[in-house]
Amino acid sequence: MASLPAFSLRDQSAGERRFPSGRPALLVFVKEDCPTCRTSMPLIEGAHRAFGAGVDVWAVGQEAEGNAALVERYGLTLPMLDDSELGVSFRYDLDTVPTVLLAGADGAELRRFVGFGRDDWRSLYAQLGELSGAAAPPVEWGDYPESEPGCGARNVEPGIAERLTALAEGSPLLARRIEIGSADDPDEFMFDQGFSDGLPVVAPTPERVLRMLGGTKRDAQEVVAVVPPNMAPATVEKVAINAVLAGCRPEYLPVVIASLEAACTDTFNAHGVWATTMGASPAMIVNGPIRDRIGMNSGLGALGQGNRANATIGRALRLVLRNVGGAKPGGTERSTLGSPAKFTLTFAEWEERSPWTPLHVDRGYAPEQSVVTLFPASPGPLVSMDQTSRSAEPLAGSLAMSLQAMMHPKSGGRDTLLIVTPEHVDTLWRDGWTKERLAGRLWELTHRPLRELIADERSGVGRPLEEFGPDGPTEEQLDELIPKFDSPQRLHIVVAGSEAGKITAIFPGWGSQVQSQVIEDVV
Amino acid sequence: MSTILDPTDEREPVGRQRSRRPEQISGTVGLLDISKPRGNVLLDRLEELIGERLPEVEVRRYIKPTFTKPAPDELLRKMAGEVDFVIEGLAD
Repeated sequence: MASLPAFSLRDQSAGERRFPSGRPALLVFVKEDCPTCRTSMPLIEGAHRAFGAGVDVWAVGQEAEGNAALVERYGLTLPMLDDSELGVSFRYDLDTVPTVLLAGADGAELRRFVGFGRDDWRSLYAQLGELSGAAAPPVEWGDYPESEPGCGARNVEPGIAERLTALAEGSPLLARRIEIGSADDPDEFMFDQGFSDGLPVVAPTPERVLRMLGGTKRDAQEVVAVVPPNMAPATVEKVAINAVLAGCRPEYLPVVIASLEAACTDTFNAHGVWATTMGASPAMIVNGPIRDRIGMNSGLGALGQGNRANATIGRALRLVLRNVGGAKPGGTERSTLGSPAKFTLTFAEWEERSPWTPLHVDRGYAPEQSVVTLFPASPGPLVSMDQTSRSAEPLAGSLAMSLQAMMHPKSGGRDTLLIVTPEHVDTLWRDGWTKERLAGRLWELTHRPLRELIADERSGVGRPLEEFGPDGPTEEQLDELIPKFDSPQRLHIVVAGSEAGKITAIFPGWGSQVQSQVIEDVV
Repeated sequence: MSTILDPTDEREPVGRQRSRRPEQISGTVGLLDISKPRGNVLLDRLEELIGERLPEVEVRRYIKPTFTKPAPDELLRKMAGEVDFVIEGLAD
């Protein structure tokens, strides 16, 4: 008869058991919640005790906890092999437990039956006696039922069977497969499942996800990040599925992966960014050669609609947080108003139009590296409009006034993103202003005397008078200049936007920090 | 039938839209045997009980070719066209 597949599994003492072992073997596949398996256990254990000197008698259990329970309940001394991964059950093509298999010393199948049959066991005991040369023990056969049907094996349960098939075929796709009935509309189905941010999504069919995975060299099952708020691991495959939903092309995938890595750090604190009442959302700035390779927009309308890469990369990150991390409005996402940036906010810096070093170089990366930087943006942008200043100093003055008003004129500023557009850049650069000079001057100009920053009847925001003791602040203290930003390094400056328009866009930050991540180079 | 891959962390079962639950059982009830051992024992007994308690209700029996796979589309369509209720015998 045919040879049974070879395998190696651990028993309850973590000892390795290899089949075939060179001795005849009785293999019985069982699971604890099957009554017929439980009926069979005393006979399996009895066979081990009677014939174990000449025949390997092994139970192969399909659930780790269930296996331990069986060992304890029946006082098993036989090896209980752990097939909770179900790999051996799959290769043996089981559909029922118990499945009882007797094999010769070479692994050839001698006998097989499923379920429980008193006569089957009786003649099996006789055969084991012959094989082992040991006498068959006395058994009260009348205590056993004549027959009992078996139970469904775990490896053929829906959901598990497909996964095992994918593993066996070496497929990179291990995610749960969802069948959409022929009478269902797939688009409506995906809305109903809550997979969408409210806009239509692209169905993540296995074919599309495989194509998406072609965009990275990373292994599909590698964990990219542990995603808040549920702290769920996101594999490359899960990121790819969400990138398909979002409408990404495969070449965008490395940017999405890098964004997720940046988001799920203590520094960026995605949990807080998503949860805050403020309505914060990452502004994602892409630098380096990948911008052109994937056709990102850094010019006209860079923050707006119309470019697929800009639109879908940011959306994909948000869908991973939603679907894998479980961040949903009304759940752990509790933004008071939300923000259009909760859908997407990704753009490229127009490095070639800028006389300054690009953002990623400011942050310590080489110009030829591709990098995504996540800025924790509170809703915005505010637009600082100055169409009339013709030199750097008054333009900086205008920008400083807008920055001063950011969030509230009396409140301090955190990390702040300034997107300076080409006409403003030209005005500053004509006077030879570097980024450092601009940031330094804006920091100086946003100092205000304490007397303007006290909470008063005009506005309850500000430093409370009580802070300064029973007599309040002195005149000298009231004249002291207080900075809006604790350092010029709080001001992050990038260049984007079209040639026409004298504006600078400002995104206020939030309580977490800016985080950059190198993007995988797949070229 | 189309297949998609689950974009979630797979902690939650996939939700399905349910049809409205009627107040009373009337018309035709389908009993679906999924071909797991002894499912027929349960369904035979149910058929008996329905016959006793709801004599005006018609019972039809269906059987899936195997419990290991979803029911064929043809069977689903046939049941959807012929019955108002389905009782399915699951598990062992």
